[in-house]
Amino acid sequence: MKTKLVAIVAGLLMLASFKPEGGLKVGDKAADFKLKNIDGKEVSLSGNFKSDKGVIVVFTCNHCPFAKKYEDRVIALDKKYKGLGYPVVAINPNDPVKSPEDSYDNMKKRSKEKGFTFPYLFDETQATALAYGATNTPHIYILQKAGSDFVVKYIGAIDDNSDDAKAVKEKYAEEALDALLAGKPVATTKTKAIGCTIKWKA
Amino acid sequence: MYKLLPVVFLLSVALLPEKAVTVVSLRDYQNKAIKSNDTLYVVNFWATWCKPCVQELPFFEAANAKLKGQKVKFIYVSMNSAKEVEQVKSFVNQNKIAADVLLLNAGNPNIWIDQIDSSWSGAIPATIMYKHGKTALFYEGEFTRNKLDSVIQKQIL
Repeated sequence: MKTKLVAIVAGLLMLASFKPEGGLKVGDKAADFKLKNIDGKEVSLSGNFKSDKGVIVVFTCNHCPFAKKYEDRVIALDKKYKGLGYPVVAINPNDPVKSPEDSYDNMKKRSKEKGFTFPYLFDETQATALAYGATNTPHIYILQKAGSDFVVKYIGAIDDNSDDAKAVKEKYAEEALDALLAGKPVATTKTKAIGCTIKWKA
Repeated sequence: MYKLLPVVFLLSVALLPEKAVTVVSLRDYQNKAIKSNDTLYVVNFWATWCKPCVQELPFFEAANAKLKGQKVKFIYVSMNSAKEVEQVKSFVNQNKIAADVLLLNAGNPNIWIDQIDSSWSGAIPATIMYKHGKTALFYEGEFTRNKLDSVIQKQIL
């Protein structure tokens, strides 16, 4: 009986250890980060967005086909909302040991190939992805500035159709941004989508 | 005429064992996987483009072969887009996948992910097990061979 219980508890612990616990919720203050951009310079939430109304944080990576399907849409988001005060900041949280395609050098390559219009930061320690509670790529967090803080207003998917941008019915990220810009509450604050798991360090 | 026979024979052998991949709605999926009997349904959500998924599939196949004759049924549900069904089919046939393979085409993931399990973030691989028409276990992430075997074993007991 006792050994069975020990086995069950051990099993549960093993299962639990795979998924990072906690993370940000809508309404929380977003943790600051200071991460290396593909140009070698550091970008921080507190330092680089002083004249903006907020930031669109996108956890993404180079290798994930699902993330790739969204690259053009992330560029479009940046182009549309940067001028309105909500620029995109992309962050790659993947461990390049587990996923070599997601190395810093390959981030530079991918950014150049796609013509990213936004910073693409490397979360080498994975501390930022952990603090935010990011689980998959792409995974987006829309933050709104309140004084010197950034408050989480939306977490989840960019829209409801990864496969076909033209067939999208629900533009979750844009709806949230438009509401924020209009001074209205965000209607849908949390959504889910299929994506690649973040490749956590062993 | 007789010269052609071996060709015809080879062709029929090559074509016969073609395994189908069925495109299903959420309702079809639920009807196939959630049944009020004492069989354990082991459902793995995967995609051909998902590396950790493709790495762990052989563990499911091995468990499937090992548990033949027991009350366990394996179903692999592809998260590939419905446009990629031929790709999934050729993967399944090239890798000689024995378990049933479905491709879920259920519309807005923000709605159906929660209907499968509210604790699921949507990241794959993910595995759900059903018994007596209820969720017995949900697990997001990849299994090792040992962990998968022990988790299934516990559910069969």
